[in-house]
Amino acid sequence: MSISQSRISELEELCRRFRIDVLTGIHAAQSGHPGGSLSVCEIVTLLYQERMNVSAQRPDDPDRDRFVLSKGHAAPMLYRNLIEKGFLPADSMNTLRQTGSLLQGHPTLHTPGIDMPAGPLGIGLSAAQGMAIGLKMNGSPARVYAVLGDGELQEGCVWEAATSAPKFELDNLCAIVDMNHVQLDGTTDEVMPQRDLAAKWRAFGWNVIECPGHDIAALDAAFDAAEAAKGVPTVILADTIKGKGVSFMEGQAGWHGKAIDDESFKKAIEELGGAD
Amino acid sequence: MAKAIRQVYGEALAELGAVNKNVVVLDADLSGSTKSGIFGKQYPERFFNMGIAESNMVATAAGLAAVGKVAFVNTFTVFLTTLGLIATRGQVCYGNLNVKLAGAYCGVSDALDGASHHALEDIANMRSLPNMRILCPADATCAKWATFCAAETEGPMYLRLSREVYPDLYGADAKFELGRGAVVREGADVTVIACGIMVHKAIEAAEMLKDKGISVQVVDMYSIKPIDAELILRCAARTGAVVTAEEHCVTGGLGSAVAEVLAHAGAGVPVEFVGTQNTFTETGKYADLLHIYGLDAEAVAAAVQRAAERKKK
Repeated sequence: MSISQSRISELEELCRRFRIDVLTGIHAAQSGHPGGSLSVCEIVTLLYQERMNVSAQRPDDPDRDRFVLSKGHAAPMLYRNLIEKGFLPADSMNTLRQTGSLLQGHPTLHTPGIDMPAGPLGIGLSAAQGMAIGLKMNGSPARVYAVLGDGELQEGCVWEAATSAPKFELDNLCAIVDMNHVQLDGTTDEVMPQRDLAAKWRAFGWNVIECPGHDIAALDAAFDAAEAAKGVPTVILADTIKGKGVSFMEGQAGWHGKAIDDESFKKAIEELGGAD
Repeated sequence: MAKAIRQVYGEALAELGAVNKNVVVLDADLSGSTKSGIFGKQYPERFFNMGIAESNMVATAAGLAAVGKVAFVNTFTVFLTTLGLIATRGQVCYGNLNVKLAGAYCGVSDALDGASHHALEDIANMRSLPNMRILCPADATCAKWATFCAAETEGPMYLRLSREVYPDLYGADAKFELGRGAVVREGADVTVIACGIMVHKAIEAAEMLKDKGISVQVVDMYSIKPIDAELILRCAARTGAVVTAEEHCVTGGLGSAVAEVLAHAGAGVPVEFVGTQNTFTETGKYADLLHIYGLDAEAVAAAVQRAAERKKK
């Protein structure tokens, strides 16, 4: 069932506000990863605010959908979504990366709503695979989502999981690659050429969907198609822009992981339509 | 009857499968060697051959544990605790997940495969991880208990298992407890605190030294983490000298754990360490390797004599 235009507009407005709040948190912390947090915005927001069966009232529901942020450095965008869902206090974004905070630099199981710790790249898809196997054994209808970075695909363990998940016919598993084309030291093509990623995943036996990663309607259709595919796991190669929404951050490796100075922060918030 | 520790483990795992439906077992294409295949034959729907991909195996186990399974992962000790370490640290231990790592060929027990296949750093690696627990059985009875204990204890656990046949040490009704060790031979002059095969070497050493007038107490420290600090201190107080013995390097393993307890308590007793000394090993017969690398009864006896001498000063 396709998502309504009015709901798309609501989610787009949520994304605008989430971008502002995430940058505000990263600016306050004077540490964090703005580029990759902004690029996953529509992917994570669509999943948490529209598609996934998760509720702060039933945090331990065995049939809840699961989410693994394998590119754990995009945690602020996940945290903002968990705040919206009521898992975390509304003002907790101010505590990002502070001692004692629920909002650690990278996801941890101490934080309500988090299903798997993350940080070291490359191992999240495998854990998502384990969840998907276990949920199938339990007869659960739950789905498992894993968000990976495109730079992260340089990790060997990703391809171990890419090899094994089709063997187990995990049609309840959906990987999303946030293809923002930029990593810390440069573009992904400069650092480690990716070649034809769709062909690679296809060759490993996955249902491959390529889609624009900031287009909510297109992403929603991709998730529908993933659910419809039987007997195979799906990977969505979501074409995104690092730092999406802030002109001077877009496509810039320099904004992968650096503190936001006051002047840049002010400009960024203005571009995003300002805090309301 | 004395049995290869890996065989006891595999049979116990299959027994466990019958009583605990949440037990799932993963192997990295070595199930014929690790003996996890015994479980796999009986419960194919709960057995996953992950291929030769250890990181993926441990991380998959983390995911299985996160949805309520008790996940046992199996491969040779050295691969499990090196290639499997990233997910062990980042997911299993950090998330305090219910994953059991069974390292099948500890120490030099995969003797003929050589140094690449010997595991002499695994206790150090595993011991340094928060939330991890470590059991190292010295006989069949204890190995069976350890397998069941792993399933019954919520959270990460590492089982240090051997390819080898160990002599029997305990009766079938012996009681074990996580965080405890056992005095398996009483003595007055020096205590040897050992694990795994080295418990048997320590008992041999004690026999050898009887004629020389040195009375050796032997402790089987099957629970390496948490460790039985009370027992260590009691033995140190009784005998006034301690030797540690492990089929592992002397850095970071059982010896270090014992020394930490003694130092923290200010026990001030001489301690000698039996284990490999900053070295890689080589191919050879198991007994030969134990001798060459200072892991036999003679090496333990020499350490006991050094400790006894130091005590006199």
